[in-house]
Amino acid sequence: MRYITEFRNGASAKGLIARIAQTSKHPARFMEFCGGHTVAIFRYGIRQVLPKTIEMVSGPGCPVCVTATPDIDKAIALAQIPGVIITTFGDMLKVPGSRSSLQKARAGGADVRMVYSPLDALKIATENPEKSVVFLGIGFETTAPGVAASVLQAEEQNIRNYYVLSQHKLCPPVIRAILKAGEVKLDGLICPGHVSAITGSQAWEFIAKEFGIPCVVSGFEPLDILQCVAMLTAQVESDESKVEIAYRRGVTREGNAHALALMNKVFEPCPANWRGIGVIPGSGLKLRKQYKHHDAEVQFDIKVEPSIEPKGCLCGEVLRGVKTPLDCGLFRKFCTPESPVGPCMVSSEGSCSAYYLYGSELI
Amino acid sequence: MCLAIPALIKSIEGKEAEVEIGGITRRISLWLTPEAKVGDYVLLHTGYAISIIDQQEAEETLRLFAEIAEETR
Repeated sequence: MRYITEFRNGASAKGLIARIAQTSKHPARFMEFCGGHTVAIFRYGIRQVLPKTIEMVSGPGCPVCVTATPDIDKAIALAQIPGVIITTFGDMLKVPGSRSSLQKARAGGADVRMVYSPLDALKIATENPEKSVVFLGIGFETTAPGVAASVLQAEEQNIRNYYVLSQHKLCPPVIRAILKAGEVKLDGLICPGHVSAITGSQAWEFIAKEFGIPCVVSGFEPLDILQCVAMLTAQVESDESKVEIAYRRGVTREGNAHALALMNKVFEPCPANWRGIGVIPGSGLKLRKQYKHHDAEVQFDIKVEPSIEPKGCLCGEVLRGVKTPLDCGLFRKFCTPESPVGPCMVSSEGSCSAYYLYGSELI
Repeated sequence: MCLAIPALIKSIEGKEAEVEIGGITRRISLWLTPEAKVGDYVLLHTGYAISIIDQQEAEETLRLFAEIAEETR
């Protein structure tokens, strides 16, 4: 496929690997923020081809993984309300809440449907006018503009039974929180490619300026990631910290202004609860008042019992980059993709899932 | 979850487009990229085109890779 196959070329990969090996002199720890990068790094064996000087750690960039247990409980509680159809991306189905999961709720009779796009949810709303169709708004800046567009589309077409339960989150505030906490020392950040397609690379400039950490936006093919690591290494060795783009075909400094405007029209920032990290002010998105008739939070009386966290689960520490799945006593023994305890094992982009599927050489 | 794949726009009708992804045809939304044209490659995420692929930049990056491969041989 165009723009995929060319970026998996073996000869070019060898060249980039050699370039990294030539350049890298000092030990450097790079964090890949995005879960999509974590999976790609494992799938293509990138850790294994990098010189010993370079250490890679995974970050919190998996929207399913960072959804806190009380928020999952809320979605499950909403699914129990008669007349409600819950529509969600597939990864959310198996995530365990305190006492159940959306999948178990469905088995118990709730109407929970997997969709690929908020547009599918809109269609379900049109076809079921007597029902209330709720879309679970999970995702970062990549996803939120599309969900905003779906709300505007519902307005335009007067679809009154379409609601969003917004649990969207924003990436720059959580990166700031992690860097400020100082638990994990980083020499470079692999910035998320498709979040940046919307926000532009400018969203990361504060990291280079305030924290002095090199930042490079990467695509998701192996050559993209190798080029990103080569650029980060060059910055480390020349003692620079700036924001660069290794994914110029998809990302600009300014981003997608139109998509950002739609997102800001429908949503406003609010505090959000991140699993393992806690509540971060201004790191979530809620629907603006003028769209409250599409806001599931406002329109339904959702009753949720106090949440219970799974015992022994290290997802929180893994998301902060201070522990790896190998440090977790549940990993592979009690927590597997078939029977997950924590969300990092459920999501196809979770660190635990990536270690489970591709990380046998690291165990 | 932020997965997005390149899709080629074959036709446009209002705010929707028909795209081809590795031989498969799909209808997608152009709400987020109203400036997209037939023949553009876009990054497709959850039914929406989130950005238009800069084909010139892609070629430039590939040229750079070829140079590095040559230099490090």
